[in-house]
Amino acid sequence: MIPAPPVALGALLPALIVFGTGVLVLLLDLVPPRTKDHLGGVALAGIVIALLGSISLWNHETRAFRDMVLLDNYALFFHVVICYAAALAVLLSIDYLRRNGVESGEYYALLLFSTAGMMLLASAGDLLIVFLGIELMSLSLYVLAGLFKMRLASGEASMKYFLLGAFATGFLLYGIALIYGATGSTNFDRIAAAAAARPRDTLVTIGLGLLLVGFGFKISSVPFHMWAPDVYEGAPTSVTALIATGSKAAAFAALIRVLTVALRAAQPDWSVLLWAVAAVTMTAGNVIAIAQSNLKRMLAYSSIAHVGYMLVGLVAGGVPGAGAVLFYLLAYTFTTAGAFGAILLVERSDGEAVEVGDYAGLARRHPVLAATLGLFLLSLVGIPPLAGFVGKFYLFGSAVRAGYLWLTVIGVLNSAIAAYYYLRVIVYMYMREPEGVEVRLVPSFAGGVALAIALVGIVLLGVMPAPFADLAQVAVAPLLR
Amino acid sequence: MAPESWYLALSAVLFCIGVVGVIVRRNPLVIFMSIEVMLNAANLAFVAFGHRLGTADGQAVVFFVMAVAAAEVAVGLAIIVAIFRLRRRLSVDDLSLMRW
Repeated sequence: MIPAPPVALGALLPALIVFGTGVLVLLLDLVPPRTKDHLGGVALAGIVIALLGSISLWNHETRAFRDMVLLDNYALFFHVVICYAAALAVLLSIDYLRRNGVESGEYYALLLFSTAGMMLLASAGDLLIVFLGIELMSLSLYVLAGLFKMRLASGEASMKYFLLGAFATGFLLYGIALIYGATGSTNFDRIAAAAAARPRDTLVTIGLGLLLVGFGFKISSVPFHMWAPDVYEGAPTSVTALIATGSKAAAFAALIRVLTVALRAAQPDWSVLLWAVAAVTMTAGNVIAIAQSNLKRMLAYSSIAHVGYMLVGLVAGGVPGAGAVLFYLLAYTFTTAGAFGAILLVERSDGEAVEVGDYAGLARRHPVLAATLGLFLLSLVGIPPLAGFVGKFYLFGSAVRAGYLWLTVIGVLNSAIAAYYYLRVIVYMYMREPEGVEVRLVPSFAGGVALAIALVGIVLLGVMPAPFADLAQVAVAPLLR
Repeated sequence: MAPESWYLALSAVLFCIGVVGVIVRRNPLVIFMSIEVMLNAANLAFVAFGHRLGTADGQAVVFFVMAVAAAEVAVGLAIIVAIFRLRRRLSVDDLSLMRW
C-alpha cells in the first residue's frame, strides 16, 4: 500500500479562507433574504480575514505538499496585493451590480474563486501549481467578463478572453511538459538544480520560450496583448478592475518566481528576450493609447505600457530590480483599481460614461470625483509625490544600476509620451465646457470607500515609500540567494 | 514497442496541428477543439517523458490537466452558447464590435 502523504493545509490557509468564503456565498445565495446586498459584505469579510491572516503569517515560512506550495514572505506580499485588489473590486461591485440588474451570488463566488486562484499562483513552488492557479483564476474571470449576458460587448469580451486565454494555456502547458522532460521534475528547486547541471539545453530553451508565450498572454505584454483592450472595454468595469490589477499581479508573481528560481540558469536567454519585449510593450502601449477616446480602452493600453515598465525591473534583475517590480505592482494596483473605480461611478442617462467627451466639465459639477480621478491619473503619469512616481523611480533606478541605460532611456521617453493622454483627460475635466449628454455621479457608499482606500494607498506609498520598498526587498531576497 | 521519441514527435505534430487550427479556423467551436488538441499534445508529451524518466509524475500531471480541460469545456461551451443566443451565428469574424 502506498502511504498517504502528509497534508499540511496551513500553507494554503489564506487561499482556503477565500475559497471557503466563495462556497459560503454560494450557499447563502440559496437561502432568504432574496436581496443580495449582504453577499457582497460576506465576500468582503472573507477577503479581509484572508488579508489579516496573510499579514499575521509574515516571517512564518511554510512549505507543504513536497514543496509544491510555498507560503513564504514573497507569497504573502502578493497575497496582500491580491487581497487589496479583490477587496476594491468587491466594494466597487456592490452598487454597480444592482444598478445594472445583475446582482447575484455567483458573481461574488466566482470573484472569490478567482482570487483564490491568484493566491495559489503567488505561492506556487511547482509548475503544476502554476498551471492550476492560472486556470482557477482565468476560468472564473472568463465567466465574470461575460456577466452582462444581454450585452453583446460583454459576451464578445468573454469569448475573446476565453479563446485567447485557453490558447495561451496550451502554450504554457506544452512548455511545462518540455521542461519536465528536460529536467525530470516540475518542482522549481529541482528544475533549477537539473538545469544548472546541463546549461544551454535545447529542450529547456524551447520550454522557456513557450512558457514566456503563456505568461505573455496573462500579463498582456506585446505581442500577446490583443485581447486586453477588448476585454477591458467589454467586461463589467468592476471585473475590469480585477483583471487589470489582481490577475496581472498574480501572473507576475508566478513569472518572477519561475524565471528567478527555476530557470535562473537560463537568465542570459530570458533577460535578452524580455529586454526586447519590455521596450516594445512600453512603446506600443503608450503610442496606441494616445489614439483612444474610450477611457476604459485607454486605461487598457496604459496598463499594457505599465507591464512594459515592470518588465524593465525584471530585466534589471537582482534584489533591487525584482523588489522594484513588487513595489510597482502594489502601487499600480491601488492606482489602476482607483481609476477604474472612478470611471465606474460616473454614468450617462443611456449607459456608462466611458468616452473622454463625457468627462468635459466634470470638475465644475463633481469637484471631489474629478479631483480623485485626476490624482489617480497623475499617479499613472508618475508625478511626485504619488505612488506611481516612486514606483517608476525604483524601477528605472534598478535598471540604471544594472547597466541597462538604453532600456531606461526608452522607459523615460515613454513616460513622457504617456503624460499626453493622461493629462488630456484632466484637461477635459477642468478646462472644457460640458458637451452633449449630461453625466451624473452615482451615489455609492461602498464605491466611495473603495476610492478612499485607493487614494490613501497611492498617497501613502508616494509620501513614505521606504518601509514598503524594504518589505518588497525582504520578500524577494530569499528567491535570489 | 516504439521508442519514446516517436511519441514525442507525434505530440509535437499534434501541437502544431492545434496551433494552426486555432489560427486558420473561424468557428469558435472548432478553435476550441484545436485548443483541446494542443492540451492533449502536452498530455502525450507528459506521459512519454514520464515513461522515459521512469517516474509517475508525468502521468499524475495528466490527470490534473484532464480535470482542468473538462472545466474549461464547461465554461467555454457556456460562453459560446450565450453568444449564439444573442447573435444566432457563430464565427469569430462577428466578434468585431470593439476594434483598436
